[in-house]
Amino acid sequence: MSWLKNWTWPTRLRDKGIIGMNRRNIRYIGRYNRRRLYPLVDDKLKTKLLAQQYGITTPELIGTVTTQFGVKHISEMLAGHGGFVIKPAKGSGGKGILVIEHVDEDGFIKPSGMRQSITDIERHVSNILSGLYSLGGSPDVALIETLINFDESLMDYTYEGVPDIRVIVFKGYPVMAMMRLSTAASDGKANLHQGAVGVGLNIATGAALRAVQFDMPCFSHPDTGHDLASLVVPQWDTLLHLAAGCYEMTGLGYLGTDMVLDREHGPMLLELNARPGLAIQMTNGEGLRRRLDLIEQQPDNVPTIERVAFAQHHFARQSELVESKDTSSANA
Amino acid sequence: MSRLMFYIIVGFLLVVGIASSVHRHVQFEIPWLPGEQRQVWEIEAGITFNAQNGPVQVDMALPSHQAGYRVLTENTASSGYGLAYQADELGRTAQWTIRNAAGSQQLYYSVQMLVSQDARSPIQTPPTLTAATPWESPYDSAASQLIEQAWARSANNATFARELIRDLNGERQEESARLLLSQEAPAALVVRLLNQSGVLAREVSGLILEDGRRRQTLSSWIQVFAADGEQWSIFNPATGEQGKPDNLLLWETGGRAVLEVQGGTNSRVSFSMMTHDQPASAAVRNHYSDDTLLNFSIHSLPLEEQALFQTILLIPIGALMVVLLRVLVGLKTSGTFMPVLIALAFIQISLTTGLIGFLLIVAMGLIIRNYLSYLNLLLVARVSAVIITVIAIISIFTVLAYRMGLSAGLTITFFPMIILAWTIERMSILWEEEGPKQVLIQGGGSLVTAVLAYLAMNNPWVRHITFNFLGVQLILMALILLLGNYTGYRLLELRRFKPITDDEKLS
Repeated sequence: MSWLKNWTWPTRLRDKGIIGMNRRNIRYIGRYNRRRLYPLVDDKLKTKLLAQQYGITTPELIGTVTTQFGVKHISEMLAGHGGFVIKPAKGSGGKGILVIEHVDEDGFIKPSGMRQSITDIERHVSNILSGLYSLGGSPDVALIETLINFDESLMDYTYEGVPDIRVIVFKGYPVMAMMRLSTAASDGKANLHQGAVGVGLNIATGAALRAVQFDMPCFSHPDTGHDLASLVVPQWDTLLHLAAGCYEMTGLGYLGTDMVLDREHGPMLLELNARPGLAIQMTNGEGLRRRLDLIEQQPDNVPTIERVAFAQHHFARQSELVESKDTSSANA
Repeated sequence: MSRLMFYIIVGFLLVVGIASSVHRHVQFEIPWLPGEQRQVWEIEAGITFNAQNGPVQVDMALPSHQAGYRVLTENTASSGYGLAYQADELGRTAQWTIRNAAGSQQLYYSVQMLVSQDARSPIQTPPTLTAATPWESPYDSAASQLIEQAWARSANNATFARELIRDLNGERQEESARLLLSQEAPAALVVRLLNQSGVLAREVSGLILEDGRRRQTLSSWIQVFAADGEQWSIFNPATGEQGKPDNLLLWETGGRAVLEVQGGTNSRVSFSMMTHDQPASAAVRNHYSDDTLLNFSIHSLPLEEQALFQTILLIPIGALMVVLLRVLVGLKTSGTFMPVLIALAFIQISLTTGLIGFLLIVAMGLIIRNYLSYLNLLLVARVSAVIITVIAIISIFTVLAYRMGLSAGLTITFFPMIILAWTIERMSILWEEEGPKQVLIQGGGSLVTAVLAYLAMNNPWVRHITFNFLGVQLILMALILLLGNYTGYRLLELRRFKPITDDEKLS
């Protein structure tokens, strides 16, 4: 019965408070996310403009391409920018995001070192416009943003790509957080199913709790070899307040916020997700159920500061990485 | 409150669905199991003529119950015409009448004949022997010579007819036979010679049934009665073969004209036909169907639409399979309901050919699509190019299969090409972005779903139930609504979240 080893019982998952896809869809997304609010987060351009309105920092916009005619002028738009990111406004799951780390005379260089010509870039933008990466294949807009200079303290924990921080915000309370570190396997993208390392974060401090790659626990970054136990996200309180503020900004009750840490600008909102995935439970080694149940009992209209404080108080946890490794680096 | 409404609706659907199914089972004696299949022929006669600005009367002979065939239902389409069915001892006729008609006219009559081994012909009234018109010289001596020869070589009426026909055809054809054939058509000549010798016989019209034939005409056959006037047999006027071929439907057996048009010119009638199998119960029930509200059923529709609905009513079964596999199992597919459409194609093609064809087309498509991605095309243009590629691949495979004598390859054209093109496009993007593993997972998931949906939809019992009990659709609806409310874990999540439960054991 060796093949049964990879399976577990529904009761065990329920005891752990794990939320399945069906429950997430019906019980949380269906109940707390009103359909008409989706465009606010499904369109990154709208999210960005809204965020500026609410004083939430986002990466600087170099420009947008809205017509196939505009594709021809993209080289003029890119002139003078060392690194940039091209993304579809309505893309999902990180699809269609092209990161160019720096530019030289010969062309554009991706974080992996792969060289792209201007034709490649134009083709990519053209694909975005015709809706290749958008939900339902509808015509789309391409956003060009400046490359994020991510915080140096995090440099050792990532390979080629920008590590981003996913915070699940439920009714305005940050309930669970993780950091996604890109690896060689994930081609510089911070997508867990492509092989990025997911690090569960303590809501109270922003310190690493536990790390997984391909759903299996790991203790160091597979490419840099850096110990993950020492990982603590700087400016954690600011980041949580920013994430929690997205509830007022969008009105969506069950929200996935993707944040990055910029060297100069601090925490920035990268994008929002109205259907955040469940992998965060794997990285935290804990189900969402108990935390969500607790938040559901809380009254509405609580100010952001109080919500963040409540979450930091109730959802604090001990690091599993530290327990299994040395205890001295807990506050590094 | 809304939960309560939900369960009330689901309960209502279940109760109505079950009740209407039980009602149909009890009231119309439709069995829950499919039982044996019976062959049914659908034959359509189209009458065309030019009306001459005045009253028109059209009489057409109609087929009756006969050995091997039983009339199930008949319909006519004739706008503005009065219609009456008439029957006498010589057979049935339909009579269309109109006070004023001009120009080209078209009348349609269609009949469903059930192939039934135990069907018997009604008692045939033998024709009365009229005084034969005498032959003119030199035909009289030629006729009597033929009759004498055949008479000498025969023992009874049937063998006499057989010999006579052989004398008039083929190698034994003599001078006298050729002389007489210059005067009359073979069938009419045989009947005239038989009558001249005091044998009761007449010319009847029959239709050779072949599936999918159009613009067919009736052929002449000779009915010869034995001396007692009750036994009779059918002869082929060209070969002298005795007996009715199995696929011969006698259309007119009274020796009268099949079509008579008064007030019109250039009249002609042509026949088209098709065959299909249907459950014996349904075939017999057709015979007694009456149009009440509770008898609301697909069977009241014309046959062509029924065949269409047979497929349409299966789609909810496929949808249910998709819901089951996605909600309860958590299988990933490329395109939510694409597997259902593929499964529908499998039903037409058969599973093995379908699977091979699908894999060949998608694999070829992916290779060509890979090249297309270098051409830097707009999405719509690229997908259109993929559609044309898919059509080209299908054409090439069909021709190759035909050349190699694989008739199964010809059915590959049943694949929904646009859907295939989108599948190829989506898989190609998936390949570029997530690598071949995801393509295999999603492609495999789609194929597994398609095969399971096919097995469910092609099951004879499922086909019988969905086609005969419309209430089942409501039950399916209720089931899908309930599944849409399922918040439990998916089967594959038991594996996905397994690592979390491991930790508990460690600590």
